[in-house]
Amino acid sequence: MAEIRLQGVHKTFGKVTAVNNVTLTVRDQEFIVLLGPSGCGKTTLLRCVAGLEYPDRGRIAIDGQDVTDRPPRQRRIAMVFQSYAVFPHLTVFENVAFGLRMQKRPDDEVKQRVQAAAGLLQIGDLLDRYPAQVSGGQRQRVAVARAIVMEPAVLLMDEPLSNLDALLRLQMRAELKRLLQEIRATTIYVTHDQVEALSLGDRIAVMKDGAIIQSDTPLKVYDEPATVFVGGFIGNPPMNFLKGTLQMADGQVVVSIGGQFLRSAQGQALAAPPGFQARLGNTVLLGIRAENIQARTEPVPGALPARVLVVEPLGSHLLLTLVLERSEGVQVDSESLKVTTGADFAVEPQPPLWLLLEPAKIRWMDPQSGRAINLERV
Amino acid sequence: MNRRLGRLGPYLLLLPSILFLVVFFAWPMAEALVLAVQSPEGVFTLEYVQRMAGDVAFRDALRNTLVLILVIVPLQVVLALGMALLVQAGLRGSGLFLYAWTIPLGISDLAAGIVWLTIFTERGYLNSFLHNLGLIQKPILLLSYENPQGLFAAVVVAEVWRATAIVMVILVAGLQLIPREYLEAAEVFGAGLWQRVRYVMLPLLRPSLQVALILRTILAFQVFAVVVALAGRTLPVLAGEAYYWYGTYRNTNVAAAYAVLILLLSILNTGLYLRALRTRAEELAL
Amino acid sequence: MRQPGSLRRRSGRLLLYGLALILSAWVLFPLFLIAFTALSPRPAVYAWPKTLVPDTFSLDTLVFFLNSHGVLSATLNSIGVALITLVLSLVIGAPAGYALARFVFPGRETFKVLILTTRAFPIVILSIPLAVTFIQWNLYDTLIAVALVHTALALPFAILVTGSIFVSVPKELEEAALTLGCNRLQAFVRVALPLALPGLAAAAIFTFVLSWNEVFAATILTLRNRTLPAHVLTVLNESPLPFRFAGGFFMIAPALVFIFVIRRYLLNLWGRVVK
Repeated sequence: MAEIRLQGVHKTFGKVTAVNNVTLTVRDQEFIVLLGPSGCGKTTLLRCVAGLEYPDRGRIAIDGQDVTDRPPRQRRIAMVFQSYAVFPHLTVFENVAFGLRMQKRPDDEVKQRVQAAAGLLQIGDLLDRYPAQVSGGQRQRVAVARAIVMEPAVLLMDEPLSNLDALLRLQMRAELKRLLQEIRATTIYVTHDQVEALSLGDRIAVMKDGAIIQSDTPLKVYDEPATVFVGGFIGNPPMNFLKGTLQMADGQVVVSIGGQFLRSAQGQALAAPPGFQARLGNTVLLGIRAENIQARTEPVPGALPARVLVVEPLGSHLLLTLVLERSEGVQVDSESLKVTTGADFAVEPQPPLWLLLEPAKIRWMDPQSGRAINLERV
Repeated sequence: MNRRLGRLGPYLLLLPSILFLVVFFAWPMAEALVLAVQSPEGVFTLEYVQRMAGDVAFRDALRNTLVLILVIVPLQVVLALGMALLVQAGLRGSGLFLYAWTIPLGISDLAAGIVWLTIFTERGYLNSFLHNLGLIQKPILLLSYENPQGLFAAVVVAEVWRATAIVMVILVAGLQLIPREYLEAAEVFGAGLWQRVRYVMLPLLRPSLQVALILRTILAFQVFAVVVALAGRTLPVLAGEAYYWYGTYRNTNVAAAYAVLILLLSILNTGLYLRALRTRAEELAL
Repeated sequence: MRQPGSLRRRSGRLLLYGLALILSAWVLFPLFLIAFTALSPRPAVYAWPKTLVPDTFSLDTLVFFLNSHGVLSATLNSIGVALITLVLSLVIGAPAGYALARFVFPGRETFKVLILTTRAFPIVILSIPLAVTFIQWNLYDTLIAVALVHTALALPFAILVTGSIFVSVPKELEEAALTLGCNRLQAFVRVALPLALPGLAAAAIFTFVLSWNEVFAATILTLRNRTLPAHVLTVLNESPLPFRFAGGFFMIAPALVFIFVIRRYLLNLWGRVVK
């Protein structure tokens, strides 16, 4: 039951800046996911909150108290490590009970709480075993049980699912979500898997090179990425980015790609959002996700002609990789696009398709900065 | 406050070791140097060094020590390499072999000398064996001062027997570090056994070889108890002379001079090994 | 004529096996010989030609050795010195090993290199000046003096080996303990120590053997309170053969037992000191 405040937290290791001046507030009982590629600083940030690393600058407060200089045991945290860190020389019971024993709790209280936590994680019948005698997935549960039995104010999790195989990971993800909803601890969860982030978090903080690029609800991060990087990192497949030029036509600012003026699926000219007049003549990036592009087998005015390179049948849908066709004499970026269609969309590689973009789902980006063009103040 | 103490932590943990080694290691070394070149009045003098160099046994001791090293160390390296390769070959029971071959690690040089004394002594097992084979009628006097080659050979055998394990253990550890895939790749690309050893294993083993050679030679410069057990004082060696000058002649300064000589020779030798076997870090990217 | 591959492989293997057996025999055989000699009656020691296995086994020679003047007290001295060395080198060395394993701090590599280079120095040079010093400090001819020099000899080994032992205990285990309410000392005692204990015990035993076997420094630094190797060395060439052989065997036997006990760790212990 605690709010976490990070202010200007900065940590370097020698010449490398691991955490670059991060300011973040995690509300009480909020579940925030720190998401990013390896080396982005998310684990270091988590360890700073835990007290396992001390930041070079900045302050950390938990529940209103400044804990920046305090060791982990004085921070009311519990942590689940990526490697589980289950003590090999203690039984599962003693592992889960460890923190309670440090607090010198009476035996019957320990027993009751350990059994309750073990029950929640379905390891109740493993309590007498040693970690070497249980599977990796079960060790992971022991690690989680050990943390939640402490009833911590803050729960920190460092990629707890990444060492599990795919099927187990799926299963544990759902279990974890349900479990953590009951626990009501403020939770910081670190992962590089964007699916986990989307699934579990109340809020996602996307990190790169030690800084938080965007911190928003999963839906917002998915639909309205703040930068090209975020759009490309979140979502599977990553967001497509098309280069277009803004030109005047019929009194409107419209987009042309490769000389082709775009129209929406409804047939209207694809107009840029209001306020884009200042950018006339400039290139602009259109971020659009694979599921928001319609593919037609017949030519349609205003659609982008594209050639199919690869068709991947994924069971529930098809994932097409396409490349935009050259218009006569006009250079087009040879980047490939991903488009999803229904599973029974009749298509083969080579014949051209015509693509229509869903205007409401386009995310307009500035090509120089890579940042989204804020639609309120263009 | 907690953090400042935390930063001191490692240094506090290191402090006892550093202090101890300074007092009982660095300082005695300096002291030895001083003892060797300083008279009791505090004057710099080469008197003791001259006494050492002029002593009847000095040249023999120096020569014996150097020749012993020249003979023993290469022999041991080849033997240890063979043993290490055999262990790597993955024969069934190689664990047992390894254990047997590391037994000498627990045997002191004095005991090793005595062990081979039972074999080489006049009424020992070697003579008995040769007699039982009908090769000799009377025992051969191997370990007498009339037979310096015999003494020498006996010391070589005893030392090789005792100390090969030291080299072998380092080489085995080094071999285990070489990823199997390198050897498998070499095999796939047509390298036979000897070629794999020569072009993959040995180069990657160079750092371990370096360490093993340095260690073993340092120890070899101090060869003493084996010689005493087998040859008494008839085979002078540097460490032995240091001992006698200290204990029997009661001249600490000359003993210190011998000690410094051994030190200098060791350093020189180590430098030689480091140069001859140096490997660049990139070559090793293990 | 080319043999079929499997036959060639098998004869190759047999050859290697043969080699391994010969080498093992070469190592083990002399040990049997000295055991036989030490365990045969005294006249048999002088007999010639010797039979491989003695006709009778007898503790006569060993008893003769043990009863010889000074042997029993020397043995006790050796044990005492070895125990003190063991304790000192672990108490001083293990914290340094832990620091090397767990902390990254300026000077770490330098310290490591220094430790490694101490093994490149001969001990001979230590005992002679230290003998002079110990006389001045009234420590000459005491067990503690020998133990101090043995500790200096064993300390680099202790530091590096305990360092690698602690490295093999994952840091995250102690960190987990820290998040569960332990301070650093508690985390060390409750988590790192139990897991490091087998390795530490092996290192302790190896240090004991190291001290038990050391000859030169022990001889230089003692006069009346000799350790066993020092005593045997000093009287060796004036002693009758049975004494020498029994002495050799007696020095070897406990070391052999110890090495057997820690055989699984031997390779790790020695091999790790390289890195």
